[in-house]
Amino acid sequence: MNEHIETALRKAAATLPSAAPLDLQRVAGAGLLDVAYATVDSPLGPLVVATTPRGLVRLAYTGLRDEGQVVEDLAGRLSPRILEAPERLDDVRRELDEYFEGRRVDFEVPIDWSLTRGFTGKVLRQTARIGYGKTSTYAEVAGRAGSPRAVRAAGNALGSNPIPVVVPCHRVLRSGGALGGYTGGVERKEFLLRLEGVLA
Amino acid sequence: MKLPPFQALLDEHSTDLYRFCLATAGWGEADDCFQETWIAALRAYPKLRRADNLRAWLFRIAQNKAIDLHRSRGRRPVPVEAVAEMTAAEPEAPVFDGQPELWAALRDLPPKQRTAVYCRTVLGMPYDELAELLESSEDAARHNVFEGLKKLREEWSA
Repeated sequence: MNEHIETALRKAAATLPSAAPLDLQRVAGAGLLDVAYATVDSPLGPLVVATTPRGLVRLAYTGLRDEGQVVEDLAGRLSPRILEAPERLDDVRRELDEYFEGRRVDFEVPIDWSLTRGFTGKVLRQTARIGYGKTSTYAEVAGRAGSPRAVRAAGNALGSNPIPVVVPCHRVLRSGGALGGYTGGVERKEFLLRLEGVLA
Repeated sequence: MKLPPFQALLDEHSTDLYRFCLATAGWGEADDCFQETWIAALRAYPKLRRADNLRAWLFRIAQNKAIDLHRSRGRRPVPVEAVAEMTAAEPEAPVFDGQPELWAALRDLPPKQRTAVYCRTVLGMPYDELAELLESSEDAARHNVFEGLKKLREEWSA
């Protein structure tokens, strides 16, 4: 027993069993899980999806920003009580899988619009009503949102869509038929329009 | 007040916190102590006014939970016929690294010394952080580490 007591303690601690995972069901049951998130693999690359007790609040393409940045942003804008809890997003993940496999044309998960405000919120709610395989134009959604002349503002609103794919901003094109921009890059917009049979 | 995502705390401190629960609450109560610490931390987190020492904050919650669990177990009335059963159900500390006596000796220290020794020796916690955890001066924190280690050495080499 010549070992130094501090060395012995450190060694002993290192051999202790590791923690059981945090009981997320208990956390959620106590109303302490404000935002749950998970990553999902998709043909468009890994996605970060986040939900509140009210519904799906965010879907982010990774690449431009990584998962950590998305989570930090949500912590600041929604609540710091944000935890990785994939099982709370089972419905969203299943619907996304089905959509990307071409087996789903409508998302049924409830939406939490907390990350949208004012005109942006109106534009995005109108966008959510455009059906699978259909398209609209920036001018049309601006009009349906109550400001027919705010075409550029409508474009900005769509560009800031916190829930792309599920709120289908990819279905909004320019009036002349050109694709226009897209939050995740125009290749992703093309992919989604091809998936829905709009583009050949 | 910009607080980091709670998940970051969980990722960073889970392992150390669980070991701390094993050391302070014991084998039988470590899991409860661990879960209840996180629940209490989540409850208080959005109202936290300082984020510069989250580890000390978290471990202070755990230390208090361990003390609560210990007290509530002590106070709980136990029917006589159930005593033998309960004692039998108390999980045995697994033998790890051939040092169960050392761990038992750490468990027997007074709570502040136990926390001080664990956090200083195993986690290398700086004294100012330890002082915050113990809600004491840095001198008192040093003293707790010193006294705790002294007792451990005596127990261990006995």
